[in-house]
Amino acid sequence: MVKSKRLKSRADRAINKDSFIEEWPETGLILFNSPFDPKPQIKVSQGRICELDGKSEIEFDLIDRFIANYAINVSQAETYMALNSTTLARMLVDIAVPRKQLISIFSSLTPAKIVQVINKLNTIEMMMALQKMRARKTPSNQAHVTNKKENPALLAADAAEAVERGFSELETTVGVSRYAPFNAIALLVGSQTGRGTALTQCAVEEALSLQLALQGLTTYAETLSVYGTEQAFHDGDDTPWSKTFLASAYASRGIKVRFTSGTGSEALMGHAESKSMVYLETRCLMAIKGAGSQGVQNGSISCIALPESLPGGVRGVLAENLIATLFDLELASGNDAMASHSSIRKSAKLMLQFLPGTDYIFSGYSVMPREDNLFGGGNFDASDFDDYNVLQRDMQVDGGLRPVSSTTILQVREKAAHAIQAVFRQLKLPPITNSEVEAAIQAGSSEDMPDRNVVADLDAANRFLKHGKNGLDVIRALAQEGFSDIAKKILAIQKLRMSGDHLQTSSMVLPGPKVLSAVNDPNDYQGPGTGYKLNSERWKEISSLPQAEDPREIGFLSSPKSDNFIREIGEAKNSKDSQEVVIAIGPAFGCSLNSTILGTPHHDVLQVLIHGIRMEGMKPRIVKVYETSDCGFIGHLGAQLSGSGVSIGLQSKGTTVIHQRDLQPLNNLELFPQAPNLDLDSYRIIGRNAAKYAKGQPVLPVPTKIDNMARLKYIVKTTILHLRETEQVVKNRKAQELKWTFSNKSFEIKKTETTRKEKRSDL
Amino acid sequence: MNKIINNYPLSEKKSDVLKTPSGLSWKEINLELVLEGKVEMEDLRITAEALEIQAQIAETSNRHQLAENLRRSAELVKIPETKILQIYQALRPGRSNQDELETLAKEMENKHGAKRCAKFLREASKAYFP
Repeated sequence: MVKSKRLKSRADRAINKDSFIEEWPETGLILFNSPFDPKPQIKVSQGRICELDGKSEIEFDLIDRFIANYAINVSQAETYMALNSTTLARMLVDIAVPRKQLISIFSSLTPAKIVQVINKLNTIEMMMALQKMRARKTPSNQAHVTNKKENPALLAADAAEAVERGFSELETTVGVSRYAPFNAIALLVGSQTGRGTALTQCAVEEALSLQLALQGLTTYAETLSVYGTEQAFHDGDDTPWSKTFLASAYASRGIKVRFTSGTGSEALMGHAESKSMVYLETRCLMAIKGAGSQGVQNGSISCIALPESLPGGVRGVLAENLIATLFDLELASGNDAMASHSSIRKSAKLMLQFLPGTDYIFSGYSVMPREDNLFGGGNFDASDFDDYNVLQRDMQVDGGLRPVSSTTILQVREKAAHAIQAVFRQLKLPPITNSEVEAAIQAGSSEDMPDRNVVADLDAANRFLKHGKNGLDVIRALAQEGFSDIAKKILAIQKLRMSGDHLQTSSMVLPGPKVLSAVNDPNDYQGPGTGYKLNSERWKEISSLPQAEDPREIGFLSSPKSDNFIREIGEAKNSKDSQEVVIAIGPAFGCSLNSTILGTPHHDVLQVLIHGIRMEGMKPRIVKVYETSDCGFIGHLGAQLSGSGVSIGLQSKGTTVIHQRDLQPLNNLELFPQAPNLDLDSYRIIGRNAAKYAKGQPVLPVPTKIDNMARLKYIVKTTILHLRETEQVVKNRKAQELKWTFSNKSFEIKKTETTRKEKRSDL
Repeated sequence: MNKIINNYPLSEKKSDVLKTPSGLSWKEINLELVLEGKVEMEDLRITAEALEIQAQIAETSNRHQLAENLRRSAELVKIPETKILQIYQALRPGRSNQDELETLAKEMENKHGAKRCAKFLREASKAYFP
């Protein structure tokens, strides 16, 4: 039983729901340096690799064989293997060594050598290297778009929102695989609805995935999983050769593919062969390179919580991202599956890919709430968009997303939902009702969607595929229903397969469609002043958050109040009346500003202060200070004028001080620096306390609330209101005597309230 | 060699070299033609010629394995999906013996002129049955 409250509250923290374990190399539960990892070694004879990392050719397993055949540049291998690993590691972070040279060197090394080099780098060095080594200059992002009910209207609306937010690839999957064609169509339509464009895919079994692509319902694929041991590969029912052939099959139809791998999968499958995770992942990446894939998604992907349970796990996952780029592969860098319960930990981990930038920072950012994510993903989801946009703005980093106004979001959602409804109508698929369309626009999650007739949907989806219906049928349906703009954009994306432009490394599709890849947008980072830079247009987009206010509009009175309740009647003089308590107000009070930071009218504040002073039988007097806007000096000046020597200094934003004549300007009797914590009752007590000081009575200081968030919440407004007050300062203008008139009615109400409260406190 | 890279992306800079396997040119394909039913999904495919250009671009960018993949793909352009899936199946673990893989390799080589694919099948066979 934990008795300490602090221990208890820490135990309840999200981070303590995560699992943490010690290393266990025998089972592959270790990131680097398993005692069973091989030592780097190569032997080349007559242009043929006959020994690889301590194994002779006859001991090669299928992966060794594949790597030796296809992934190592034999001609330079012995030369570069002889280089010192620390020297190579330093070259990775040395801005004078260009990317191209490193690609050439690393194409000649063995898996064990590469792991040894990478393990010399600390996390920041890995980030520096990743910034230099990623293939495409411009970073981007991929989204997950799924929902539990597999509702096509919601999928289309979410796809449209995703593209509007800047994602350039969208991935869906299915709960029930027969839904695949409908989900694919919904993404295809949604992805071309708004201003942008995107490639779309549906993660299903290989043959079905290929069929969807061939029928033009998807435009890329990402299902080609690779493992670092032969047995794990076998359990995945593939070999490096079968996967390679499949990759060629996709390319032969002009369809983009990337492979999938990641640390932890072999351990999870029980086939790690006592090797470290990063070593096995390096073998995967070399197999992928050898297969001729343009790219990979890695970063542990769905296994992420496993490396993260181990010491150095997050660094290890960054290492595998980096290694992918050393092989000149497109990198979609994970960050998709749930990695932690703790938002601190999730955000910290994200920075390792977000700051250096990768081709696709997320292998799937969940556009919808994570409970609708059928990938088990949603480490970052719909609720995190504003946070993400702020991070881009804070760090001046292009994280691939755009802040978008809610109006725009709702518009594209509406259009996409109507468009998919039209497609279903034209193609005589089970109808999407108007109420589904409405719900899809406004839905939080699929919980808010009407149920569909699943049996009818599955039957129709099945027939759709069987009858060879395809992307062109969708295009025709859209055009016939008046959505020619979407139809044209889908056709343009389909036409790209004629060109094969997006088969090159690290392709992404921009509106046009215009293909950007490592060929026409190669990363040329070589230190400050090189590489990707936010252009002014993109920086403006990132920095203009919809929720950002124009500071010029804050606290600005377009028409100052005409019902002036205070009036200047001449220069204020020193007084000898010991009954008197001066309220000294700042230069903007009641004129260019008319309420405090919380919006309490200056009129009311003055009224209760006066009331408080009078309750103690003392005489209030108001003067306006022009020479300064500083609260302490305002109070100090008031105290010099006050007959009793006591004053209340009051800034327009509401900050208050009780001052006395013989004190230094920045000293005080009581200071209330956090105006947002002051309500009218506090001001009344301040009035009474000031009067009590003037009478020479013992005073209990006004109780103040401690609110650590007040400064955070109000610092912008504080700054601007103080600025407005300072603008009203007139250096040589003496303090002015004021007359005041208050609305009696409101005064009476307050008087009654006060009496009642005081009675209560008397009890 | 750099000239080839300057043509990239072909869809923007060199679309006149692009056509469908059925002979339609890039420019011809538009929404009207689709609505008239004169374009089918079969048409929206890449040709071996376009894949060869992309392979050359990959090669010029020092991406030799990618180039090889694209050249294997070029050989598959005219091969029907059922045959492609049959070969994929044959390459999966435990599906074929040496003779079956050799038969497929021969078929690829002789019937489809797919020399690279045939070579690849034989390399697989050698790795599977060392």
